[in-house]
Amino acid sequence: MTVFQSFQMALSNIMARKVRSLLTMLGIIIGVVSVIVIIGLGNGLEKYMVDSFQSMGTDLLTVNVMGRGSTRNITVDEMYAIVDNHPEYFKSVSPLVSIRGAVKIDSETYNSTSVTGTGEDYLAMKQYVLSQGRYVSYIDISRRHNVAVVGSYVSNTYFNGSALGKTLRINGKQFEIIGVLEADADEPEEGGTDDAIYIPYSVAAKLTGTNNISSYSFAMVSEDDVKASKQVIDDALFKVYADQDAYSIISLNELLSMMSSTIDIMISILAAIAGISLVVGGIGIMNIMLVSVSERTREIGIRKALGAKRHNIMQQFVIEAATTSAIGGLIGIGLGYALSSLAGKIIVIALDTQIDVAPSFSSAFGAFAISAGIGILFGYLPARKAAMLNPIDALRYE
Amino acid sequence: MKPLISFETLSKIYQMGETEVRAVDGITMTIMPGEFVAIVGQSGSGKSTCMNIIGCLDIPTSGKYYLEGHDVSELDDNELASIRNKRIGFIFQQYNLLPKLSVLGNVELPLLYAGLGKSERKQRATEAIEKVGLLDKINNLPSQLSGGQQQRVSVARALATSPSVILADEPTGALDSKTGEEVLNLLKKLHAEGNTVVLITHDNAIAAQAQRIIRLQDGHIVYNGLPEASLEVENEVKLI
Repeated sequence: MTVFQSFQMALSNIMARKVRSLLTMLGIIIGVVSVIVIIGLGNGLEKYMVDSFQSMGTDLLTVNVMGRGSTRNITVDEMYAIVDNHPEYFKSVSPLVSIRGAVKIDSETYNSTSVTGTGEDYLAMKQYVLSQGRYVSYIDISRRHNVAVVGSYVSNTYFNGSALGKTLRINGKQFEIIGVLEADADEPEEGGTDDAIYIPYSVAAKLTGTNNISSYSFAMVSEDDVKASKQVIDDALFKVYADQDAYSIISLNELLSMMSSTIDIMISILAAIAGISLVVGGIGIMNIMLVSVSERTREIGIRKALGAKRHNIMQQFVIEAATTSAIGGLIGIGLGYALSSLAGKIIVIALDTQIDVAPSFSSAFGAFAISAGIGILFGYLPARKAAMLNPIDALRYE
Repeated sequence: MKPLISFETLSKIYQMGETEVRAVDGITMTIMPGEFVAIVGQSGSGKSTCMNIIGCLDIPTSGKYYLEGHDVSELDDNELASIRNKRIGFIFQQYNLLPKLSVLGNVELPLLYAGLGKSERKQRATEAIEKVGLLDKINNLPSQLSGGQQQRVSVARALATSPSVILADEPTGALDSKTGEEVLNLLKKLHAEGNTVVLITHDNAIAAQAQRIIRLQDGHIVYNGLPEASLEVENEVKLI
């Protein structure tokens, strides 16, 4: 008897006892659904985080200088010198000065708009694109011109899209708008990356009342050289401060991979917990198969009398168990995908965030393979019991 | 001519706790090809054990059993299964049809285990069903047939593999006398066509339809001969 014939026989047996088969499969179905949804959620979360990190630039190193309260501080020129001395690692550097304060346009005051003092390379570093005018230039910085480049949200919302040449006030100082950026986000919103104003860092430093610039952004030549690039900056800073606690060098890329692996571990643990229900489902299948062997003792006796060998009987029951759990696995995969897309929609409504709950093909395939494997594993014992039955006793069984 | 079935001082001993039960005790007998033999006896006489051994469902404790000249007393489970499949055609008292399979499916079953292809299975099963006159019921389930019809299906199933011997265990036991006779006539017809038929029964009237009777009592053969004389022996035994 071929495997295919056993398979057909298993299918007709399963169909002949629909309710029981469905209840038997339930454990496997629940297990597969939860594994698929959890892995889908994890994938979606990871993708969401990677996307939002990547939009911040993974080739950037952020350097924060806290200082030690001593007289000697690293200067902007020394920072630029690092880039000049190591063109193999760095493309550019920009000082960053965040200004806490109100932006006043006409007579209205806006608190959500971020104001940042930058160098002239910042535009290229962040891969922003100008829609009008020009960016802050070296001359603006060295001569401390009161000029500003505004994000698309500022231009569109507060100036009806024609901000170029207009003026605005930051902490009481008047700035002329020399450039407008193209939208960075798909839907520019208040407080987002497009609700921003960029001014020369020298002007910003003066506005904050301190000449010390404590934050820098370095653009690396290659993301692969994170370690070496960090070392170069570290060497330069250590020479000045002789204390590694006086500054920090953060790579978004490193942060990203750290968070990704954290999420991966979390998802693996959750999926393993969900996987326990697969084992429970397998035990359910074993239980029902044992009942089925008892019920069909006479049938087994007849088959053996007619010439079925041990392996024929064995094969029949193992394949029936495997088919039951594999069908459960398929139903679980279908439900899992349905539930995943539902979960994605619920997240959009509930959290107002687009997280695609994307079950991977490999997780679906894995779940299917595991459920079929569980069927074989847990079907083995009942099948062996059936195969070892003595035909005389089995034929007499009532 | 070589005997089809040959027992040589064959015994089957069951251990029931402390006591030894000699279900079959040193039987020697032969059955030739083409014979129609009835093995008769009361319950406990050892006829069921005999049937199990002839049918290769069980092996003797001692002695030899030759089926078509081959010693089958020491074969293992799978080898016995293969012999049952190819050489024995079983007919049971309770029909023992699989309720979820159609008439055709039931008759095909031994051919399935013989490893035949689909078209050959169907052809041979259909021929066997035709012989028992149930072609019009070929797609029915056993539960849709009368007892006599179900027993005829099991006859067809026994015939399908063209076995060396048809082994009928109380084939009329579950039937009324009229349908019982129909089934017996069918067996006679098969015998007339050249098949070897071994009938196991406790009923003397049915045994009397066979060519030869082997009467068992307490595991021994007490009569082996023509049907007419058999009843007298039983009467003598009763008198003692």
